[in-house]
Parts: sequence; C-alpha cells; structure tokens
Amino acid sequence: MSDNATKEALSGHKKLERNVTLLGAAALVTVAIGGIVEIAPLFWIDNTIEQVEGMRPYTPLEQAGRDIYVREGCYTCHSQMIRPFKDEVERYGHYSLAAESMYDHPFQWGSKRTGPDLARVGGRYSDEWHVQHLANPQSVVPESVMPQYGFLSDEPLEFEYIADNLVALSRVGVPYTEADIEQARQDVIGQADPDVAPGDLAERYPGAQSRDYDGDPDRITEMDALVAYLQVLGTMVDVNAAAAQEVLAGESGR
Amino acid sequence: MSEPLAGAIGGPFSQGKWSMEALTTRAGMWFAMLVLALMAAALAHDAAFAAQMVIVAIAIGVALWWTLMGSQVDRFGNWLRPAHDEGKYDDDPIRWGVIATMFWGIAGFAAGLFIALQLAFPVLNFEPYLNFGRVRPLHTSAVIFAFGGNALIATSFYVVQRTCRARLAFPGLARFVFWGYQLFIVLAATGYLLGVTQSKEYAEPEWYVDWWLTAVWVAYLVVFVATIIKRKEPHIYVANWFYLAFILTVAMLHIVNNLDMPVSLLGSRSYPVFGGVQGALVQWWYGHNAVGFFLTAGFLAMMYYFVPKQAERPIYSYRLSIVHFWSLIFLYIWAGPHHLHYTALPDWAQTLGMVFSIMLWMPSWGGMINGLLTLNGAWDKIRTDPIIRMMVWALAFYGMSTFEGPLLSIKAVNGMSHYTDWTIGHVHSGALGWNGMITFAAVYFLVPRLWGRERLYSLRMVNWHFWCATLGIVFYAASMWVAGILQGFMWREYGADGYLVNSFAETVSAMWPMYVARAFGGLLYIAGAVIMVYNIWQTIAGKLREEKPLTTASYNAEADRPLVAQPAE
Repeated sequence: MSDNATKEALSGHKKLERNVTLLGAAALVTVAIGGIVEIAPLFWIDNTIEQVEGMRPYTPLEQAGRDIYVREGCYTCHSQMIRPFKDEVERYGHYSLAAESMYDHPFQWGSKRTGPDLARVGGRYSDEWHVQHLANPQSVVPESVMPQYGFLSDEPLEFEYIADNLVALSRVGVPYTEADIEQARQDVIGQADPDVAPGDLAERYPGAQSRDYDGDPDRITEMDALVAYLQVLGTMVDVNAAAAQEVLAGESGR
Repeated sequence: MSEPLAGAIGGPFSQGKWSMEALTTRAGMWFAMLVLALMAAALAHDAAFAAQMVIVAIAIGVALWWTLMGSQVDRFGNWLRPAHDEGKYDDDPIRWGVIATMFWGIAGFAAGLFIALQLAFPVLNFEPYLNFGRVRPLHTSAVIFAFGGNALIATSFYVVQRTCRARLAFPGLARFVFWGYQLFIVLAATGYLLGVTQSKEYAEPEWYVDWWLTAVWVAYLVVFVATIIKRKEPHIYVANWFYLAFILTVAMLHIVNNLDMPVSLLGSRSYPVFGGVQGALVQWWYGHNAVGFFLTAGFLAMMYYFVPKQAERPIYSYRLSIVHFWSLIFLYIWAGPHHLHYTALPDWAQTLGMVFSIMLWMPSWGGMINGLLTLNGAWDKIRTDPIIRMMVWALAFYGMSTFEGPLLSIKAVNGMSHYTDWTIGHVHSGALGWNGMITFAAVYFLVPRLWGRERLYSLRMVNWHFWCATLGIVFYAASMWVAGILQGFMWREYGADGYLVNSFAETVSAMWPMYVARAFGGLLYIAGAVIMVYNIWQTIAGKLREEKPLTTASYNAEADRPLVAQPAE
C-alpha cells in the first residue's frame, strides 16, 4: 500500500473510532459473515444428511434414557461419533452417519474419549452387563475410571409428563405422530414392564425392544430407561446392508 | 457513606435518598417477585426446578431485605469501600467484581483439581451429585464464566471509565449487571450438580438460566455503550473496541446457540431447536467463539489497557491494532468446524474451518506482538516488576496456544489428537497461562488503586504466585501432551499380526501417571492463587509487608567519584 492509501484507510477508520454505533455495527457485520456462510447451507444442501433406511424417533423410554444420559453429562467422557479411520471402525464399528443423529436434540457427539465411543454400543453387551457396569464399573473393567451410577436402579423413572417431552421434541422437528404422543405414558410401561403387552409399539417404532432392562421387573427405574437407550444406540440403521452401502458409495463432495 | 449500597439493587434511586413511597413500591415489587418464585417452586414439574426456584426466591429475599434495611447496610458494606474514596469514577461494582473474580477463581480451580483427582482416583466420585459428569461442567463454567466473566465485567467497567474520562452510565443498571451475573453463576452451578444441563459444552445452562443471562447481558451492553457515548475523549480507545466486539458477539452466539423449546414453563428441561449435524455446527460455532471472543477478544482488551499502564509505555503500534482487531474478529468466527474434523459434518465445512483456523494464527500473533513490543525500552521491568513478568508470560502463553491451535486444527494432526487429552492440555495452556496470568496481573494492578493503597501488601508474594503458577502450567501442559500423544498412538497401534494392539482399558490405565502429574500441576496453580488471595486480602486491609525490595542495583559509595589521575610515587 502506498503511503497515501494507508493514510486514507486510517482516516476512514478514525470515523469508526469516533462513533460507537458505526463501530458496533461494523463489528457485528464482520462477525456475522463466517457463521452465515458456514451454517446456513447445512439447512438446504440435500446431501448434508444421507437418505438411509431405518432412522426413527426414540421411543419414550429410550428418549427418557437419553435425557438421563444428558443429565449426567456422559458426553464429558464418551463420544458418539466414529470417524472413518481403520482403527476406529475396527474398534467401534462402521463410521457414524449424519443421519444417525438427525433426531438428537441436543446432539451428543462429544469431544473427549476418557471412555470409549458409544455410537454403536447398542447390542454389544447384555442388559445385565450394563446394569452391573453402571453400578460398579471397576467390577467389570478394573482399569476403568468411570464414576458409579448405582443410584439409577433405586430411582423410579418419572414419566408422568413424558408426553410433554414428545410434544416439545416434535416442535423442534422430531416426527412423533399424534398417536405416539397420546400413548407416550403407556409406551413407557409397555416397553419396560414385561407383564404389560407393548401394544403396537413395535409398529410405530420399528425395532423397538420390549423387556425388563434393569433386572427388577417390578418397577420401572431410571436404569431401565438408560439401558434401553444404550441398547438402541447405533442399531437403527443397518449400515452394512446393501442399500445403505449403495447410498454411501454414491456420496461425493459432502 | 453517601451512596447506600442498596443501590446495588439498581434503579434511579441508587444515587439519592429514598422516599418512603419509592421504598414501598420497590419493596412491593420484590415481594411480588418473591411470591412468584415461591409459586414456581411449589408448582414445579421436577425437583431440580423446584430447588432452583427456591434459590431464586432466596436471592429475591436478600434483595427485599436489602431494600428494607437500606440505611443499615453501611456497616456491612463499609469494608468494601475505603473511607477516603472521593474519586469521581464509579468504582463500587469494580471492587465487588475484583473480589468476585478471586472468589470464583478459587472455587473454579478447586473444582478443577477435584475432577483431575477423580480421573486419577475414581473413588473420589460421590454419586450422584459429585460424579465427574456433573462436576466437570461446574469447573469449566466456574473458571470461564464466573472467574473470567467477572474479571471481564469488572475490568471493562474500569477501563471504559478511564479511557472515556466519564463516569459509568446508568449506575443502577451496572449494579444489576453485577448481581444478576452472580445469580446466573449460582443458578448454573447448582443446576449442574442437580442434573440440570443441556450437555452442550460451555453452553450447559438450561433455558431459564439462558434467558436470565440474556437479560443481564443486554443490560451490560447498554451500560458499556452508554458510557462510551457520554465520553469526553473524541476517540474510542482500542481496548474498548475489543470489549465491544466481545459483548456483541457473545450476545449473538449465546442467543442463537440457546434457541430451545422448553418442555414446560414450570420444568427445567428443554430441547434445543437445532439437533444432529446442524446442532453440532451451531454448538461449535458458539463453543469456539466462546474461546475467541470471551477468552480472547475480551482478555485482549484487558491487555490493551493494563500492559501499557503497567509498563508506562504507549501501545507499540496503532496500525497493527487496527489490522489485528478486524482480522481477528473476522477470521475467528469461521474456525468452529475444526472441532468436528472427520465427523459426519460435511467435508467442505471441515476444510473451511481448517483453512480459517490456520489463517487465524497471524492476527493472533499480531496481538501478541503488539503487547510484547509495548515493552520496548522497558524490558528490564521483566526482571524488576513481577506484575510485568506475569503480563509478558500471559502474552507468551497466548502466542504459544494460538500457535498450537492452528496446528491442532490441521486435519492430519487432528485425526490423532482429537478426543485425546492433548486438547485438554491445549485449552489449559491458554486458560491457565493467558487468561489466568493476565487476570492476576490486572487484579494486582487494580487493587491498590481501587482501595487507595500505596502499594500491594507484598510484591515478593506476587513473585511466589508467578512461579507457583508457572510451574503448575508446566506440569499441566507437559503431562497432557504426553497423555494425549500416547493415547492417540495407542488407539491406532497395529501389531505385526494386523490386529489392534491395545484394548481401550489398557489405554486408560496408561494415563495414570500423567493424570497424577496433571493434578499436581493444578495443585501448584491453586497454591499460587491462594497466595494471591492472602496478598490481596492484606492489601485491602491496608497492611504493607516489610520486605526486601525485589531488586536493588548495587551501590558502592567508594567508587562513586570522578577519576582523577594520581601522581606517581
């Protein structure tokens, strides 16, 4: 820049330095640009979220478990996002798809692995293992530094207002049907209480599994909900099915 | 005492005497709010929300009591203000802010030490309230928002008055900002322990706490901008550009990232509007710029005032401050996606985030250079003035962590470092080294001036604080480098047989020595902070420690004479 141009730029800047409204407006515009350019396209570029079979909203019991996962801050040590690296895929399973967290409000991808990734933990261990591990992690994995969560087995699950949770979720875009919301309370009981028929739960939530999760068939506890959530993680999309592989193979420029 | 501390509650009455009518109106308003809070507690859908509303009710109760006892709080409040304060600047909220900064600093460091020990010794988890997952957000919020936030609010109120040569606008509102912010901290912190959290990093507070913070933050913006508007100086000083950008951008980030759908207005739970991949990018757009604007722009504002003041030198380059201000705030916003490398976020966004993160290196170092070169001609003060030494060290750590940041944002490096403790180490070299040190230096600068003391109680204690903190950071950063790189390589280690060598559990047990070393580093850091609290406490109490000055240039009276040729004998 020539000296003159520099001087002009500086005198232009002096206007900003004398007017707080201009300065504030200029700063706000400057900081808004990056966010708009990066974030806005995610809402309208079609291939941001893959079109794969199998994604469904969580059942009320699974969602209640997810709320407990959120409440306890599990994300501080566990990620739910498998990266497309050989070692991660071998350790945890197929890399995570954007579609697999499309109904997650909030997302729980995490940023730290003090413990292992949980994106595909569903079905890897038995319910009994989870209950014992949550109550006393060191009894199953001696090296573990995980806190104990035995209190979940003593806490009855609060689900009196669970339909309200589904209403709020449907307002932010999770496609719960009216039937889902109406039957939310009954669905919790049907999925967690082995003595109650689950009704049409599995039709509205394909693949939902009804059983006693926490080893105490007499009551529905927070442990039931959390284990039900852990057991569904990563199981909705059959990533190795031919159809899914075809979608993923066709991906370019994501 | 001329101004009643009851002005703390705010409003047009804070400056004058209270009429009976005004008192009744005010007390009635507080009482109505008290009733509302208690009703919310009684009707709450969940126990945690009820507990939080009881805390709100207690806060309102204190405000009501304060209002009614207006004239009697002098006795209690007196030690907070020196008897001879006749300064024209409105420094009460700054004095409270300095004390709050130190209080929350100790609380946040202690929480950090506690969770560091939990990782080394898991028996220290006490379910459910003191499990790691609940205390970790308490630590991060306490150090960033409580310690850092109070430091930012207090110093911004101090700096904006001095550089504008004008008293704070809306003194009542300024007091609302201070007390409202403390209520935000208490609600957030107790909420985490009760399990009230959105589990979005650094944006954990639930919807009602977010709404409250928004109200406080808008008030903060109003006080700050209105003070600039009534300035007596024609130009707005560079520190104020940074404070302004920090306040505006944090408002934007906070509001967008916390768009939530509450389940009920009588319950603590809400669901974020953005979920999945969009939620992830909005969150890290927020999260990275909480670093960029809360912990960088705001603290650079502190640097731009306190470094020249303590060094008694003008800022090195006015042009550099213009260039680096605009490029810093423009580039920072783009860097968020580097927290999501190799995730399900589209590649183009990741690459964009990486490129801008690397470019960000330059404006970051522009700020460091502008700060360091301000010492041109006064470099000897690093040896003689422990406060200058802290500032220089802060800038050095700022430079180091803003070099490490772009390095970690390169996808190839991030593939190894992400999810490991290297990130934790990186954050702490910035937080402990840059944010901590510059805040300590600012507090050491402020306290003698705010309380009208001749000097600090002890400069030698500042020196001790400096070395404890420095050694603590060395232990912290070094152990986390080793831990992170070890973790990253153990996770991806393949044997000759083509199988993964390490189970996850083995990588956990390999961390133990580093976790212990890290906790030791944290202990040293907090020890330094305790020395500071004692030093500041004594300074405020008006005591001076008799001690040898830190350096004295040697003086030899014998040699202090002109050389005159001596006749030979």
